[in-house]
Amino acid sequence: MEQFFIGASVALCIIIFLTLYRAVFGPTVFDRIVGAGFVGTKTAVLLVLIGFIYKRVDMFVDLALVYSILCFIGTLIVAKYFIRRKG
Amino acid sequence: MIAVLIIVIFLLVTGIFFFFAAAIGFLRLPDFYSRMHATGKGDTFGLLLFLLGLGIYNVLENPTWYLGVVQTVKILSIAVFWFLASPTATHALLRSAFESGAMPWTKDGKPIIERGEGGKKT
Repeated sequence: MEQFFIGASVALCIIIFLTLYRAVFGPTVFDRIVGAGFVGTKTAVLLVLIGFIYKRVDMFVDLALVYSILCFIGTLIVAKYFIRRKG
Repeated sequence: MIAVLIIVIFLLVTGIFFFFAAAIGFLRLPDFYSRMHATGKGDTFGLLLFLLGLGIYNVLENPTWYLGVVQTVKILSIAVFWFLASPTATHALLRSAFESGAMPWTKDGKPIIERGEGGKKT
């Protein structure tokens, strides 16, 4: 089961690198924000998976919870900040 | 035991499929609004499937109170939080993009919404 978790982590990393193309070369600012939020979602899942691989779930779940809250707050604040600018 | 493990593997593989579909849609769709359509749905559902599978696996692996049940409730609380947070972030970003003047893509290039001054809908 641990090998399966490592394979799932590698697949998530490949998806993150696919998304980074849009986050770096995106045509508008909002594409970059959405790319950052997408990477944040994958990272929250990846933290829980790392907890299962290292057998320290009780620590990494708290990290994933805090990271998801920070990612959500960051997305909201950046969306409010760019509301009056040309994309 | 084996049946539950097969269910967990099925949930995780389906979650990876939804994440992958969201990433492909995010790379290939033509404008910002349709890209948000792809990511806002595939992301949320893939995360729910992934965390549901991991929670079931955690209860199966550690059948104690603190390491099993409490951590599973925490993992599921991450899923519940993203189900509240992801539509809120999507809505705020879409409203911000619309008010700053991004136009929806159409097939013939004509705008479907007339705009007045300052990006307001007329």
